[in-house]
Amino acid sequence: MDRSYNAVMSRKTEIMKKAVGIDYDTFEKEGIVFDYEAMMREAGYSLEEIKKIQGETGVGNTPIYELRNLTNLARKMAPAGKGARIFLKDEASNPSGSFKARRAATAVYHAKKLGYKGVIAATSGNYGAAVASQAAMLGLKCIIVQECYDSQGKGQPEIVEKARKCEAYGAEVVQLTVGPELFYSFLNLLEETGYFNASLYTPFGIAGVETLGSELVEQIVEKTGKQPDVVVCTNAGGGNLTGTARGMRKVGAEGVKVVGASVNLKGLHMASDTDFNKKSFTTGHTGFGIPFTTNPDRSDVPRSAARPLRYMDRYVTITQGEVFYMTESLAQLEGLERGPAGNTSLAAAFSIAQEMDEDQIIVVQETEYTGAGKHIQPQLSFARDNGIDLHFGNPRDEIPGKSIILPEHPKMIKAVDLDMDKIRQSYVKNMVKKKSDDREFSDEELSYIAVETNLTVEEVKGRLK
Amino acid sequence: MLAKKGDWVMIYNIVLEPKDRAPQIPEDTKKVPLEMWIKGFLLEDTEVGEMADIETIVGRKVSGKLIEIHPNHKHNYGNHVPEILQIGKTLKELLFDGEGK
Repeated sequence: MDRSYNAVMSRKTEIMKKAVGIDYDTFEKEGIVFDYEAMMREAGYSLEEIKKIQGETGVGNTPIYELRNLTNLARKMAPAGKGARIFLKDEASNPSGSFKARRAATAVYHAKKLGYKGVIAATSGNYGAAVASQAAMLGLKCIIVQECYDSQGKGQPEIVEKARKCEAYGAEVVQLTVGPELFYSFLNLLEETGYFNASLYTPFGIAGVETLGSELVEQIVEKTGKQPDVVVCTNAGGGNLTGTARGMRKVGAEGVKVVGASVNLKGLHMASDTDFNKKSFTTGHTGFGIPFTTNPDRSDVPRSAARPLRYMDRYVTITQGEVFYMTESLAQLEGLERGPAGNTSLAAAFSIAQEMDEDQIIVVQETEYTGAGKHIQPQLSFARDNGIDLHFGNPRDEIPGKSIILPEHPKMIKAVDLDMDKIRQSYVKNMVKKKSDDREFSDEELSYIAVETNLTVEEVKGRLK
Repeated sequence: MLAKKGDWVMIYNIVLEPKDRAPQIPEDTKKVPLEMWIKGFLLEDTEVGEMADIETIVGRKVSGKLIEIHPNHKHNYGNHVPEILQIGKTLKELLFDGEGK
């Protein structure tokens, strides 16, 4: 069989069809429209089914903490009467150490149900560990394909640690240098092994996160007698935010504001060999967050089940220095030592809480495990070794790839709003590109774009002029 | 150095030479090959630096240049970063109003 780059890429659709077990064509409608809800219903699982699946492998039902000291600290810096109660959903308590266990549990369960012998996932991160852990529990083989090193053979301590964790669960880890052709290696492996593609973006993966949203609401109601006002989700590929928001709606929490938070890595190219090790965040950053929000179908399956723009009320960025600072704050003031990447939403919430009233509730919806490599100490040390200027100062002066600025004072921690209008505009532009001919959008297509962007049909029309 | 059959080793391959890389990637990445590292059990005695066949932990047979015997994880908690110590100190002073001073 022809294993050249072009030959393998041209067999992409055929390989994927075998490896995911979903006929995406079933959900394709007129023009650019596809029936997202039908896909989630028919190809995914209901909330009740997921709870049962996850319960069998100890996934979910993670604790929720009220961060009293951080709330008090926020109130010290907020105007009188401001400073919402900050709660944190401790997803690090899942078997593999992050919320990704929820995604993996459903995907691996599904693979086993369909009779696949093994699962493959392409990820440098927590998801790989989650798939490996679930595969171990269900007795399936597992291969993780990871973008790990630059051309000097140097890897972020965080990524190297995650490779170790995957191996600890019995997975084979295929480590690659930087580049989007990781997808080519991934396709090759799927074709060679006939394993299931445990993609992050299948309906099973996203539906798996719905329990995070439903639990969170139920726990907050139980603790405080009311629903949360704001939930902050770390946003990368969009699955975390999408699943959480869907789960919240399924238990009747329609009014909760959903905020996406990403680390600002502006100016660093995701496929650049030299930029690779200048990033101190390998996930939860704008390099994934923005492209996947404005064009969700750029993932490794024909249609992504992660469609964050449908659910996002607000999108903020936070700097690397601010997230590292908040990670240390969480350990020092709340006694919770957790991995930095998961604390992106915490840093944003600490700032947003100060805009809210004292009797309001803001929830940070995830944490991740920490340890050698995945801790602020090795990550800051690695940054310094790579010539990144690390110092205390004003986070607003941070330049990704050049400096990491730890806030001189916690009052300098400030979530910066991205322009939602521009993000929606960018989504609409991508749809126009997708159309590939000069015809006008049909009414059905306009309604689809409206739902996708959380706009009215009239607003969509206005953007097309 | 000779690695013995059955040893846990690491092999190396070039997946794509620079000329074969995808057209859309940045210039710096296009200059270098796409490289790959895989670990597994060595199937025949082989000298480090020679081509080797391995069986991975999931039972896949792969060939590549033998580069390491008993590869270990080299990551750790890194060098001491003095700034980190200042964060908790500052915060506790702020929050607890200089208690214990």
